[in-house]
Amino acid sequence: MTAVADGRVEAPPPRPSPAGRGGRPRPTPPAGEGRGGTAPPALAFSGALDAAAVARLWPDSMRRAAEAPRPLAIDLSGVTALDTAGAVMLLRLEHLGGADTRIEGLAPDSALAAVLDRTRRALATPSAPPPRRLPWLGQLGGATLARGRDALGSFAFLGEAVIAGAGVTLRPRRLRLLELFRHLDEAGLRAFPLTLLLGVLFGLILAFQSSIPMRQFGAEVFIPNLVGISLLRELGPLMAAVVLAGRTGSAYAAELGTMTVNEEIDALRIMGIDPVAWLVLPRVLAAMLVMPVLALVMSLAGLAGMAGVMGSLGFPLVAVLNQLQGAVGLGDMMGGLFKAAMFGLAIGLVGCRSGLGAGRGPRAVGDAATAAVVGGIVGIVVLDGIFAVLFFRLGW
Amino acid sequence: MPEEAPEGAPGAEAEVVVTVTDLAARFGGRTIFQHVSFEVRRGEVFVILGGSGCGKSTLLKHMIGLYPPAEGRVEIMGEHVAALAGAARRALLRRIGVMWQSGALFGSLTLAENVGVPLEEHTALPAEARALVARAKLGLVGLGDAAERLPAEISGGMAKRAGIARAMALDPPILFLDEPSAGLDPITSAGLDRLIRQLARELGTTFVVVTHELQSILAIGDRCIMLDKEAKGMIAEGDPRQLRETSENPVVRAFFRREAME
Repeated sequence: MTAVADGRVEAPPPRPSPAGRGGRPRPTPPAGEGRGGTAPPALAFSGALDAAAVARLWPDSMRRAAEAPRPLAIDLSGVTALDTAGAVMLLRLEHLGGADTRIEGLAPDSALAAVLDRTRRALATPSAPPPRRLPWLGQLGGATLARGRDALGSFAFLGEAVIAGAGVTLRPRRLRLLELFRHLDEAGLRAFPLTLLLGVLFGLILAFQSSIPMRQFGAEVFIPNLVGISLLRELGPLMAAVVLAGRTGSAYAAELGTMTVNEEIDALRIMGIDPVAWLVLPRVLAAMLVMPVLALVMSLAGLAGMAGVMGSLGFPLVAVLNQLQGAVGLGDMMGGLFKAAMFGLAIGLVGCRSGLGAGRGPRAVGDAATAAVVGGIVGIVVLDGIFAVLFFRLGW
Repeated sequence: MPEEAPEGAPGAEAEVVVTVTDLAARFGGRTIFQHVSFEVRRGEVFVILGGSGCGKSTLLKHMIGLYPPAEGRVEIMGEHVAALAGAARRALLRRIGVMWQSGALFGSLTLAENVGVPLEEHTALPAEARALVARAKLGLVGLGDAAERLPAEISGGMAKRAGIARAMALDPPILFLDEPSAGLDPITSAGLDRLIRQLARELGTTFVVVTHELQSILAIGDRCIMLDKEAKGMIAEGDPRQLRETSENPVVRAFFRREAME
């Protein structure tokens, strides 16, 4: 099967038997005169006009149809089989040729004619108009409005959470304790191994990195001071919060997002149950309670890693502990743990808000989890900045 | 009043395109079904029916090679499905289409893009041709005006029709449909039945349909087998209309007469 058009009008080729052709395209020799005195077809096809053949013939056929004299005639007398791809190509050629294009050599009641007609009818269905695109200013305005609505939604969610929290404070029995314990286990106990590992590695890296400049001044003995203050006041809570945001915040968003997509949240509302009190409070409370513990574990594991490095540098454990005792006070640790609790609160709220605000469709859950992690990390860094200024002003 | 047999049903002399021989499915030592044997002929609408939990969808997944059989074999167009690998399996998959119970449309792609996925994967058609074939397939199932919509923006019935359009993208000679009418209203369901009959008649496509919707079974089925949870296998085979009228099996009779079992 081949398109037969080499820039001049040609008659269709002699029709070989399908068996002899094997459904494969093959060049067709020029055949001299046209038939019956009418203009001979500019394009002739033979064999099986299927997807594989169309893939080979499409560009050349389109080019030849565009260049051929009008009216365009297409000869299909040698075609033995036609699928949707073949029909689509013929219809495209017909469209290119204009209203007076002739398709010849096809018996009106044949199976091939039926395929062509069916595809013609299917393509005749009017397409929906393309979605109206706003100019860039309109798009900017739309995006700003969407962000504004999202921010308002977040404030409303915060208000709902505060009201639900106040309700539970007044009636503690309304808190779902079993759910709270489940989340304490998920967010806390199960995160211990990861937190320990990261803490030890983090302390080790900090100690090694700080030993390089400290050695130049013979001040390696002060490494515990530096690492201790850094870990307990700042890095322990921050790193633990990053772990919680990635591990638990995303899980909250995915779980609540799936419930939103499955209309479980709507079902709760219709049953007269406040989803914030029912689902959000246990999660947020769990995140808030486990964060100080995780931060402490992270800091202590970091200190252990640092002690290991100090040992390798020739400092006994007693010396390291003495240095730590002199440099780090209870206030440093308590300040770090307080920040950690606030980080937990932020991560829990952001994760739950992302889940409850999930859209429709399978992408919604993934988007909610991404928003929870990104929002959670941005939230804790912003909070950390606020605490840094606050603690500085208070002289802590 | 007995329903009329669907038009254009192929006769017993038609070529066999699917052969299931002594097939058994087991999961974790639990037998779902066993000793299942039947043949599907070219151009017929073959229905796998039965009550909930009898293993209809499991049988379909064995037939298309998703699950390896515990015993027995499935042959599609002479190819032993479970034994195929690599290029031979790919070649067979190009010749069958599957519509999943939920439609299983890719949520991040428009309907036209969904239909275009197998075309892009299995053919070398240029982008313009792929787009036109996708539109033609969607037009064929009455979704020509929804080509640019996302799956989340369409109804369940539209998702099923889009699933059929995607299954037909490569013009496969055999289509497997898993519960095409489940969860649809009677009008949409009847429309889908008509579409299946029309495609079988006009395209000569062989359909293997899993369903428990009585109306659909009688409207589209040329032949059927019935699976039963208690028997863990086939309990009937034949023309669904004849089975309804003549079967002596109490489960078959209860199924076709919508009677509760004692």
